[in-house]
Amino acid sequence: MDFSFTDEQQEIFAAVRGICEEELKPKAKEVDQRGEYPWDNIKMLAELDLFGVPVPEQYGGLGLGILDWAVVGELLSAACTTTGAVYGAHLLAEYPIMEFGSEEQKEKYLRPLASGEKIGAFGLTEPGAGSDAASVRTRAELDGDHYILNGTKVFITNGGDAEIYVIIANVAPERGARGMTAFIVEKGTEGFTFGKDEEKMAYPALSNRELIFQDARVPKENVLGRERRGFRVAMTTLGAGRVGMAIGAVGLAQAAYDAAIAYAPTREQFGQPISEFQAVQFMLADMATSIEAARWLTYSAAWRKDQGLEFEKEAAMAKVFASEMCVEVCSKAVQIHGGYGYTKDYPVERYYREAKLFDIVEGK
Amino acid sequence: MNIIVCIKQVPDTSEISIDPETNTLVREGVPSIINPYDENAIEAALQLKEEYGGTVTALSMGPPQAEEALRQALAMGCDDAVLISDRALAGSDTLATSYVLAEAIQKIGGYDLVICGKQAFDGDTAQVGPGIAEQLGIPQATYAMEVKVDGKKMQVKRLLAGSFETIEMKLPALITADKHMNVPRHAGLRGVMAARKKEIPTWTLEDIQADPEKCGLSGSPTTVVEIFPPQRSSFLTSCVRHNCSKWPAEFSR
Repeated sequence: MDFSFTDEQQEIFAAVRGICEEELKPKAKEVDQRGEYPWDNIKMLAELDLFGVPVPEQYGGLGLGILDWAVVGELLSAACTTTGAVYGAHLLAEYPIMEFGSEEQKEKYLRPLASGEKIGAFGLTEPGAGSDAASVRTRAELDGDHYILNGTKVFITNGGDAEIYVIIANVAPERGARGMTAFIVEKGTEGFTFGKDEEKMAYPALSNRELIFQDARVPKENVLGRERRGFRVAMTTLGAGRVGMAIGAVGLAQAAYDAAIAYAPTREQFGQPISEFQAVQFMLADMATSIEAARWLTYSAAWRKDQGLEFEKEAAMAKVFASEMCVEVCSKAVQIHGGYGYTKDYPVERYYREAKLFDIVEGK
Repeated sequence: MNIIVCIKQVPDTSEISIDPETNTLVREGVPSIINPYDENAIEAALQLKEEYGGTVTALSMGPPQAEEALRQALAMGCDDAVLISDRALAGSDTLATSYVLAEAIQKIGGYDLVICGKQAFDGDTAQVGPGIAEQLGIPQATYAMEVKVDGKKMQVKRLLAGSFETIEMKLPALITADKHMNVPRHAGLRGVMAARKKEIPTWTLEDIQADPEKCGLSGSPTTVVEIFPPQRSSFLTSCVRHNCSKWPAEFSR
C-alpha cells in the first residue's frame, strides 16, 4: 500500500495548482457574476493540455489515469467550480468514446476532445429518466444507414456549447434497458437543436440545456459500442462521472475550508479571535477530517479504476459521501463567517450555493 | 536565432520573512521559484524563437536544487538547459556570478542573443545581466520592453524613468527583460512531462575552464554587511501597505 504520488504526478499537479491560483481563482467571482460560459478558461485549459489527461497518447492525450484526472479536477473545482464542472462533464463524452469507441470514432471524436478543440457532453437525463436510467424515452429507429432520433434530454451540462455529444436512446423501448443504445451526435446534425438553458440556484455560467431531437439523422457508424448495449455504456460513464462528482465536491469543500480557516483568526468577538473558541475549532477540525475522508475514498475509487478493478460501487460511495460532506462543510464555512459569510463580499456564500449541486446530480 | 536565457532560482518572495533576531532571511519551508523577471526573459526568448526560429537554452548558476527552475524553463518550452554548480561558487557576488555565466555562455557558444531578467527578486542588484555583457564584450540593452530583430541587428525599446528610448544594436547582444515586456506563459502538462525526460547537464568550474580566483568568495570584492527589514513607522508607509484604498478619507482628516 502506497499513498504517495510520483514525482511526475507532483510536478503535474504543481503546474495545475499554479494555473488555478494565478488564473482561475482570481476570476471565479466574475465568472459567477457574469453568468456566461467561461470560454476564456476553457481555451486556456485546452492550450495547457488539461482535457487530454486520461486519453491515451495515440489519440493526442497525455496517457495518464483517472486518478490523475481526478486530482486535476479537484484543483480546478477548488479554484473555479464552474470551470471544474465543464472539465468534469467533458469527460462524460471523452470516457465512453475511450472505452467503447471504434478506431475510427476515436480518431474522429476522441482526438479533438483530448486537445480541447471541441467540448463534449453526455445526454442521458430526461424529464422522466435520471436516476432511473432505464426509463429513457428518446427513440432511435434504423432507417437505411442512419438512425432517426426523437426525444428530449434535459439539464445537459455543456449542452449547446459542446460540439460532441454521447446520447443514450432506445431502439426497442418495449425491452427497457436492453434496448438502450449509445450514439455519438455532432452539434449541427439536422433535427438536433437546443431548448431551455436552466436557471439554477448556482452556476449561472454553466450551461444546462435541453437537447431536442426531432427526426435527427445520425449515421449508423456513430453507434457507440454495440446496438442495445447502451445501458452498459451509460453505467460505465456514470461510474467515472461519480468519481468526477465526488472529487469536485472535495475540491469545493477544500476551498470553503481554506476560506474559513483564513477568516477565523481575523474576526474578533468577546475580545479574542473567534478561532480561539473551541466551538469554532471543533467545526474546523470536523471539516478538515471529513474532507480528508472523502478525498481518500474518492482517490481509492479512481485508483481501483486505474488498476482495472471494479470501481463502480466505490465511486458511488465516494459520490454520496463527498457530496453530503461538501454541503455540510460549505454550510459550516458560512457559519464561521457569520453575517459576512452570507454576503457576496466573501466567496463562501457562492460555495454554499454551489455545494448543493453535488448532492443531487449523477444519482444518489 | 539562438538564444541563451540566464535564470536564477529565488525564494518565493510572497512567503518570505526576516528573522528579527538574526536579521537573515527565513528560508526554511519557503518554496523556491524562478525569479519572476527571469520568467519574462524566458517568455521573450520563446516568442523570438516562435517568430525567427532557432533554439532557446536556459542557463543557471546555483546549488543542485536550481535544477528545478531549469526543469520548469524546459516545461515552458526551452529546448535545452545547463546548470553550473560547484561548491567553489559559494559566496559569489555579482561580479563573480557574471564572470562564471559569461564563461558558460562561451562554452555553449553559437548564440545571437542573451536574455536576463532585469534583476533578481532576492538580491535586487540588476548587475548580473550588464556584467555578463561586459565580460563577453557584447552590446547590451537593459529594461527591455519590446524587441525587433532585423538581420544581424536588433531594435530594443527600453523603459526609462518616465519615458522610453529605442536603440539599435548589433548581434550578438544582451538584453534584460522588464516585467512589462510580456506575460509569461504557464507550462502546459505536455511540457511538464516532456521536461522530465530531458537531461540537464551540470557543469563545474573545471568544465567551463573558469579561473577559480575569479569565482566564489575570492572573486567577490563585495560583501553583505547587514540585512534588515525596513522600519514601518510613518502613516504614509502604512497607507501604501494597505493598498492606498483609504487614502483620500484618511488624508482629509
